[in-house]
Amino acid sequence: MLSYVVRRLLYSVVVLVAASFLVFTFVSASGDPLAQLNVIPNLSEQSRQNVIDRKHLDEPIPVRYGYWVKDAVTNQFGTTLLGDRPILPDLWRVMKNTLQLVLIAEVLAILVAIGIGVHSARRQYSAFDYTATTVSFLGLATPVFWLALMLQVLVVQVYEHTGYKVFPIASLNSVDPGTGIHFAVDRAHHLVLPILVLMVASVASYSRYIRASMLEVMGSDYLRTARAKGLAERQVTMKHAFRNALIPLVTLVALSFGSLLGGAIVVETVFSLDGMGLYFVNALRANDPYPVMAWLMVTATMIIVFNLIADIAYGYLDPRVRHE
Amino acid sequence: MPETEPILAIRDLTVEFDTEDGVVHAVTGVGYDLYPGEVLGVVGESGSGKSVSVLSVLGLIPMPPGRIVSGEAVFRGENLLDLSESGLRRIRGGPIAMIFQDPLTSLNPVLTIGEQISEAIKVHRPGSSAAAARQRAVELLQLVGVPSAEHRYDQYPHEFSGGMRQRAMIAMAIANDPKVLVADEPTTALDVTIQAQIIEVLKTAQRETHAAIVLITHDLGLVAELVDRVVVMYAGRVVEIGDVFSIFDSPRHPYTAGLLTSLPRLDTDVDRLEPIAGQPPSLITRPPGCAFHPRCTLSRGRAECRTDVPELRALGLEHGHRSACHFAEELAAAGRPVGGGTS
Amino acid sequence: MSDASAGTSTAGSGTPDVSLAYESGVELQARSQWAYARMRFFRHRLAVASLIVLVLIALVGVFAPQLAPYGYDEIPLDDITASQNRPPTFDGWHLFGTDQLGRDYLSRVMYGIRTSLWVAIFVALVSTAIGTTIGALAGYYSGQVDNLLMRLTDLMLTLPGLAVLLTASVYLGSGEPLKIGLILALLFWTAVARIVRGLFLSLREREFVEAAKAAGASDLRIIVRHMLPNCLGPIIVNTTLVVAAAILVEAALSFLGFGIQPPNAALGKLVSEGQAEGFELWWLVTFPGLVIVLIALCVNFVGDGLRDAFDPTQRRIRA
Repeated sequence: MLSYVVRRLLYSVVVLVAASFLVFTFVSASGDPLAQLNVIPNLSEQSRQNVIDRKHLDEPIPVRYGYWVKDAVTNQFGTTLLGDRPILPDLWRVMKNTLQLVLIAEVLAILVAIGIGVHSARRQYSAFDYTATTVSFLGLATPVFWLALMLQVLVVQVYEHTGYKVFPIASLNSVDPGTGIHFAVDRAHHLVLPILVLMVASVASYSRYIRASMLEVMGSDYLRTARAKGLAERQVTMKHAFRNALIPLVTLVALSFGSLLGGAIVVETVFSLDGMGLYFVNALRANDPYPVMAWLMVTATMIIVFNLIADIAYGYLDPRVRHE
Repeated sequence: MPETEPILAIRDLTVEFDTEDGVVHAVTGVGYDLYPGEVLGVVGESGSGKSVSVLSVLGLIPMPPGRIVSGEAVFRGENLLDLSESGLRRIRGGPIAMIFQDPLTSLNPVLTIGEQISEAIKVHRPGSSAAAARQRAVELLQLVGVPSAEHRYDQYPHEFSGGMRQRAMIAMAIANDPKVLVADEPTTALDVTIQAQIIEVLKTAQRETHAAIVLITHDLGLVAELVDRVVVMYAGRVVEIGDVFSIFDSPRHPYTAGLLTSLPRLDTDVDRLEPIAGQPPSLITRPPGCAFHPRCTLSRGRAECRTDVPELRALGLEHGHRSACHFAEELAAAGRPVGGGTS
Repeated sequence: MSDASAGTSTAGSGTPDVSLAYESGVELQARSQWAYARMRFFRHRLAVASLIVLVLIALVGVFAPQLAPYGYDEIPLDDITASQNRPPTFDGWHLFGTDQLGRDYLSRVMYGIRTSLWVAIFVALVSTAIGTTIGALAGYYSGQVDNLLMRLTDLMLTLPGLAVLLTASVYLGSGEPLKIGLILALLFWTAVARIVRGLFLSLREREFVEAAKAAGASDLRIIVRHMLPNCLGPIIVNTTLVVAAAILVEAALSFLGFGIQPPNAALGKLVSEGQAEGFELWWLVTFPGLVIVLIALCVNFVGDGLRDAFDPTQRRIRA
């Protein structure tokens, strides 16, 4: 088990290094980081040269990559192109916010999806099942950004007609959120809509998956054996069907982590939340390759770690898969 | 044996399945008795309704699409088909236990063998402690010949070989001293060498529990080995019932006769085996009259075969040998049509 | 190689070469499976209805210049105060309302459909062609090609797709539909490649492939004539799903400002322009988005119908 984890991690490091080199080369070769300096009026030749020296922009790409790696490892991913703020502290801050948003949304989505999926499977072809299917098709066809906007439109319309602000439609907190429990309540109030939006796609796809996997398990021979023992239907479902049906969900959830971050990019942009997604979009808009690189590396690491955790969890849940 | 009361009596059972292509007449008007302590073989091709006739009375077919249209199944004076779901649960795994065909797919892959056997014990003995259930399960594993049972109790099905898994299934089935043991193709999924061992285990299980066994199979070799009486099914109906010797020596239904000629035998010189011509019929559009008539060598196009469903009737033979053929007597007159050594 | 890609483009168009039917018994059987699949698809009422809706939407897009009541950027300069900020109305056929400049959003959405649908179909066809070729080669030859493909897709899976697309569109340049289409195709081909590779790995062991090899058929012939026809079902289903995914992703990119840019119309861009005008003009956000939902929903239903048609063992809900 331990050697499996170590081997996986070593492989991941190789993947990360390869990915970082590829992305760095791509970004450096196709973009001109000085382009944005050129549009700043009255920029002295001196400060222009400073940026070039600091980021070694006159060196060939592999050398610059070397400097970048050194910065990344020893110096908190270095600084942004123009400023002298180190990147990592900012990244940590937004990462915490994003993880809060994404993890709450994901846990709720899984719980809701399990409820819907299992119920749909047990009452296959019932009105509930048809409704759930239709709604999940709708959920999968709805762009995340549009759903977020429609909720904002709704809140604004309600406000205009009743004068009542149901939910805030922007930022993580009020201007003066208070402390302790007040802060938490304020934060929760602000996160309701973003979480709702992030949940929709997850619930739609997970519930479909759970339904299919429950149906498959429920038709299996070992469930017939469980019934033949005289077990009550409830025990048959909960003890025998449930676990077998949910094991594959672990992999699905882990693999969805990347697209969940994609959803966070959109949701945070629409709701102006100080998270990784907005940070990334702003870095791209500023045409600054350094925070973009740092973001991609941190994200890739997170995805790798999540996949590894999922793999290990899978090994514990399914006795047939034991990593030797 | 027929002098005593049957422990399980199935009467006029009709089961249908609703599918997209139409209604499947899986079992039609089937009836047979099971006597205490005997081994009853239910024989037929796949799709002949042999499994459904037993699984349906225990509530083990999916409903819907399955549907029990009529019939009764009297077990110890109770009609199983009248029982509530919870009443049926008391019977299943208790006085009537099952052994299934494929021990790999029939065991839950994420629970240990021991948990699955203990579970069967605890369902029917709510008071028993975990330790007692474990103790009993280990004993059962030893009984069916699983070596180092104490250790293997904690292993998962995938760590067992096919034969060992089927032994575990049998242990699970006899956990609550059943009166009736239903074995649905218990050896089909196994290697030939393992089959013989499992047959021995089944015999042991019967010696221990004195249960009556319903052996559902298409393997006539297995029938010859284990069975006392035979029920032959074709296209959802019983076509012949009788004592195993009587059936093997003088089958009174052309389908049974055909089955026996398609079987290799050691005691005669037969150059080639004769398979039954044609295909088993569709259970959605079953041929009218005797369902076997399109493949029958005895019918020779006679009208009754095509129009009238033959009744299962006594032929005045010993041991209640009955056949559902309009012309069963012709088989008797022809002597033994089987490659069965008049020579 | 060029021959192989010619073969895959036939695969993408979804109509098997008629001459295939005379090749061997296998293809004859495949042909009757086609008839079966067609029959099963047309029994799937929701899928057929969705297909009809899709065709209508596509026609609206294709004939947008002829059908649209107004021009894409037409500003009624003579009458601007009367025409601006109008909610949906039959008056002047502003069914989707107008914006602050008095531009008719129904017309803008029609042009948006034209671009967005074109990009989505382009992405689906190109990524299917690339993915099928590479997947087929990897599955057929295994070894190094296969290893490279698997490592490459591993690499892709370690980054969020949307982030890769955003980065690519910033540094490769975007704005034009063709560029966005190519960038999206570069992301989507790996999924197709994985599917085709898996199918080829199992088909390679089948008797009819062995037989063709024994008969001395060339690798190219075996791949194109014997194996590909047997993968068409999953490939077509996946192509459909790519259309739906591409519509949604392109919309997100354009919405964030990294996709299609004016003067090109795109549904996602229309939503973000609507957002910029404030939520009082709710119709500007609502209608372009609804059209995206409708397209994606119909494509998914068609895909579902196709999956049922090609793989009847996997019964799904019939609605």
